[in-house]
Amino acid sequence: MLSKDEILETISMINSQHLDVRTITMGISLLDCIGNTVSETCERVYEKITTKAKNLVKVGNDIQDEFGVPIVNKRISVTPVSLITAKTGGSIEVAKTLDKCAEEVGVDFIGGYSALVQKGMTDFEKEFLLTIPEALACTGKLCSSVNVASTKTGINMDAVKMMGKIIKEISYLTRDQGSIGCAKFVVFANAVEDNPFMAGAFHGVGEADTVINVGVSGPGVVKVALEQVKDGDLTVVAETVKKVAYKITRVGQMVAQEASKRLNANFGIIDLSLAPTPVMGDSVGHILEEMGLDCVGAYGTTACLALLNDAVKKGGIMASSHVGGLSGAFIPVSEDIGMINAVNKGCLKLEKLEAMTAICSVGLDMVAVGGDTPADVLSAMIADECAIGVVNNKTTAVRVIPVYGKNSGSVNFGGLLGTAPIMPINTTSPSRFIERGGRIPAPVWANKN
Amino acid sequence: MKAIISVIGEDRLGVIAKVSTKLFELNINIEDISQTIMQNYFTMIMMVDTSKSTLGFSEMADEMKKLGEEIGMEIRMQSESIFNAMHKI
Repeated sequence: MLSKDEILETISMINSQHLDVRTITMGISLLDCIGNTVSETCERVYEKITTKAKNLVKVGNDIQDEFGVPIVNKRISVTPVSLITAKTGGSIEVAKTLDKCAEEVGVDFIGGYSALVQKGMTDFEKEFLLTIPEALACTGKLCSSVNVASTKTGINMDAVKMMGKIIKEISYLTRDQGSIGCAKFVVFANAVEDNPFMAGAFHGVGEADTVINVGVSGPGVVKVALEQVKDGDLTVVAETVKKVAYKITRVGQMVAQEASKRLNANFGIIDLSLAPTPVMGDSVGHILEEMGLDCVGAYGTTACLALLNDAVKKGGIMASSHVGGLSGAFIPVSEDIGMINAVNKGCLKLEKLEAMTAICSVGLDMVAVGGDTPADVLSAMIADECAIGVVNNKTTAVRVIPVYGKNSGSVNFGGLLGTAPIMPINTTSPSRFIERGGRIPAPVWANKN
Repeated sequence: MKAIISVIGEDRLGVIAKVSTKLFELNINIEDISQTIMQNYFTMIMMVDTSKSTLGFSEMADEMKKLGEEIGMEIRMQSESIFNAMHKI
């Protein structure tokens, strides 16, 4: 029998602490859609996605009504498009088709305009990568990602070199909207195949035909729980986070099982990431401050984040039968009011953010930099993040936005993407390093067999 | 289906009467009620069985929400599963 306190605790988490399910993402394989011509492929893609995901939004809304927990986003991820168009080319047409599918079924985003080039690039992949800026400029809901490194293969520096230029071009082509295209493009090391979060979601080739992956959230719930243990030591803090993470994840697990059943899809994974939003009371930055820092970015930030990330995983793993995706605390600067304030105060700098990415779930995320940042500096930022990911055997990523025509101030993307303060960066030239190209070999501990 | 109805707001006359009447109209059976005053707010929790109602869950929840708006209280109706998921191992 449920107690009154338990019922009120759940209601309060949803009502005032912003507990929500951040996303139900349906992964759809497009491998069976490859046609002899690109128009044949597009027809099959449209048919498959609009059939499989026809009820995705309705089911999401029904579950939201029934359980009383907000489900903020409904999304689709697909097989990396570079593989789908390998034979025929015409990736831009597929991009437009995917965007049309997203409009048709009413989802928020569709991800998978992606390529996996961590070791090398085929000619069709090179060609595909060059279409990314145009694809993002001529669509509204499409997201793109490229995996350029992995612990097993090392870092493909030829691809890394291209990424800086591609980001600059996306920035230019979407300059009328604050270079927003860059917010829909992410460069990965050790990309995962079942990530429900954007911009990096794609449906891996090792996945089943149709899969439901769910991303939970709830930084506000963790913050409020920590407010109750102000005098506790850090073991108490870790235990408190674990218990809350367990409860949050149980909600995600239930929603994922219910959604999979109703949509006739496989249950994939629960992603345990604590995903912030720009509203007050939904910030990962504020959790770290609740642990005892005056401001995120102070010394101690990395340690607090390590504790948080670990405790969230330990609590969440028991609550779900399959954990995957990125699973950890997100630190997207523009999407977290605590992080935005810390950057504006001058307390949180890019170097500290980089250190945080060594232990958190992703990487340099939603970081705005000056529009005149050279492409090779962006490539070098990516190379550094890849090195952190490859050596630590974890996923890292860069979603950086050089805001065209702006070198200071901030840029507002609206909605969940938030407001990004333009951060000062070290622009000392790394161009000779980037120009070398080639491959940085895999670390010694990649050779485990 | 078992559901939990929570009614939260400033204490006033006739809240239980109005909520129970609406549930009767919707053919929803009340299995348990508890109420208390928390931080000056009237808080009532009802456990109900919706299996005899002909309406869909969203419609029932919507009816209860509307009643809440009429009487100036916040009324939520949620499937019991979310509470069980969160609090029972």
